[in-house]
Amino acid sequence: MRDNLVKHLLLSCASLSIVFLAGITVTLFKEGLPIFKEVSVFKFLFGRYWYPTYDPPDFGILPLILGSLWVTLGALFVAVPLGVGSAMYISELAHPKLREILKPTVELLASVPSVVYGFFGMVFLGPLVQRLFDLPVGLTCFTASIILGMMALPTVASIAEDAISAVPRELREASYALGAMKWETITKVVVPAASSGIIAAVILGFGRAVGETMTVLMVAGGAAVIPRSVFQPVRTMTATIAAEMGEAPMGSDHYHALFGIALVLFFITLGFNLLADKIIKG
Amino acid sequence: MKRILTALGLITSLYVGEGWTRERALTLAGSTTVLPIAQRAAEEFMDLHPDVSISVRGGGSGVGIAALIDGTVDIANSSRPIKTKELKKAREKGIKPVGTVIAKDGIAVIVHPSNPVGELSLAQIRAIYTGKINKWKEVGGESKTIVVISRDVASGTFEVFKKLALGGERVRPDALMLASNKAVATTVAKTPGAIGYIGLGYLSPEVKAVKVEGVYPSKEDVVSGEYKLARPLFMYTDGEPRGLAGEFINFILSPKGQKIVEELGFVPVK
Repeated sequence: MRDNLVKHLLLSCASLSIVFLAGITVTLFKEGLPIFKEVSVFKFLFGRYWYPTYDPPDFGILPLILGSLWVTLGALFVAVPLGVGSAMYISELAHPKLREILKPTVELLASVPSVVYGFFGMVFLGPLVQRLFDLPVGLTCFTASIILGMMALPTVASIAEDAISAVPRELREASYALGAMKWETITKVVVPAASSGIIAAVILGFGRAVGETMTVLMVAGGAAVIPRSVFQPVRTMTATIAAEMGEAPMGSDHYHALFGIALVLFFITLGFNLLADKIIKG
Repeated sequence: MKRILTALGLITSLYVGEGWTRERALTLAGSTTVLPIAQRAAEEFMDLHPDVSISVRGGGSGVGIAALIDGTVDIANSSRPIKTKELKKAREKGIKPVGTVIAKDGIAVIVHPSNPVGELSLAQIRAIYTGKINKWKEVGGESKTIVVISRDVASGTFEVFKKLALGGERVRPDALMLASNKAVATTVAKTPGAIGYIGLGYLSPEVKAVKVEGVYPSKEDVVSGEYKLARPLFMYTDGEPRGLAGEFINFILSPKGQKIVEELGFVPVK
């Protein structure tokens, strides 16, 4: 009797996330699709100008898509080497005592609120980047990438670490038995064996970075232009939605266009998550 | 188990106790320009009336007015008059927004303190913001590139600046869009080639305000209308301000409230 009750309770917990996801998906489509009555899908995705509040308005989100992609790819350049590197060190080389300190520390990075990262980027890293590279302004794609990279680092590191730890000991022992050195074992046996997990870590890191909002709103500078250099201010899809949703009158073209952006973002993250899932399962 | 229940009971009684002492509640949201006035006034008002609890949020003028229309706040702070579109929306929902002018504010055009340019005409400001001028040299400064900083579209300051300074023209697409007065001030303070605009209340020695059409953004010139980039600040209520909202707005309009307005660098209306 009691077992059954608990079972049903847990079932409803589990199905609740499906309900939420379905609700979000329906809302996104319902509020996002009407924009394509005003502008064609092609013009929306590849338009070069985003002037939603002017008359006549322009709803081109190409600069925003490219802004998101540039910042996210930049973040991966930071997060992947550092994340996979620390995963390799923590699981293969670190003394167990050191591992006990390192692992939670890396994971602690994930618990810092994004607004704190944003503030750090705006007040400290931005001016530093500006002086270091002699730029007109420090709030750039580059700055945002570094901060986002730090934020995606724990995701990449902890999933890659799980993947590397899951490699069976026999493989390592066989490698040593054949006379391989520690370094050779790690790079030629362990990492290839864990590669699907590591790739999944990278993709989930991508998902983490592309969806981040507050930090890029504060640090990336917010210029809606097609980026020509990483040292330029850029504007991401998430930052646009966050900054403008409050102002857009409900049911207006601007409002639907913002949901249209959310829809594009939804497909991008969904695609990458499915990909990661497929790679993990092989 | 008993211990947990006791603890729960204690927590509940504390919570209820707090609720009893603060039984009248007021919520405000909107313009980040009006935010400091609303916050200080709320603190002093709550000191005078221990039974009142006031919560004040930012978000931008558009957010505040949308919240008033949705009925989730009692007062919407706004640094621009309500738009026709918003009025229409409000009427559909049976809400009659009425604005009370609680203070006046100038929009200061600011540059980095090291910038030798001390004066700009409205035409020059417009040319800079629309992208016709790219270098400080063209307006009598150094050969640096101008970094144009603007506000996002939820900002009332942006709306007013767009109307008064740009005549409705488009801001250049590569202008930086920042989300608050404070963010603009911080970025200009740290960027030698930057130009930005903020409410008078956010002026500090870290940035330099330039003369616009030969007039420095002083309180006197905002009141007299000599300074061109000036605007009234509003608190919008559903219908004429009544009840607690009315008491609060009257408090801001009282000599004590207007003193807060003045202390924060805005211009009193009474």
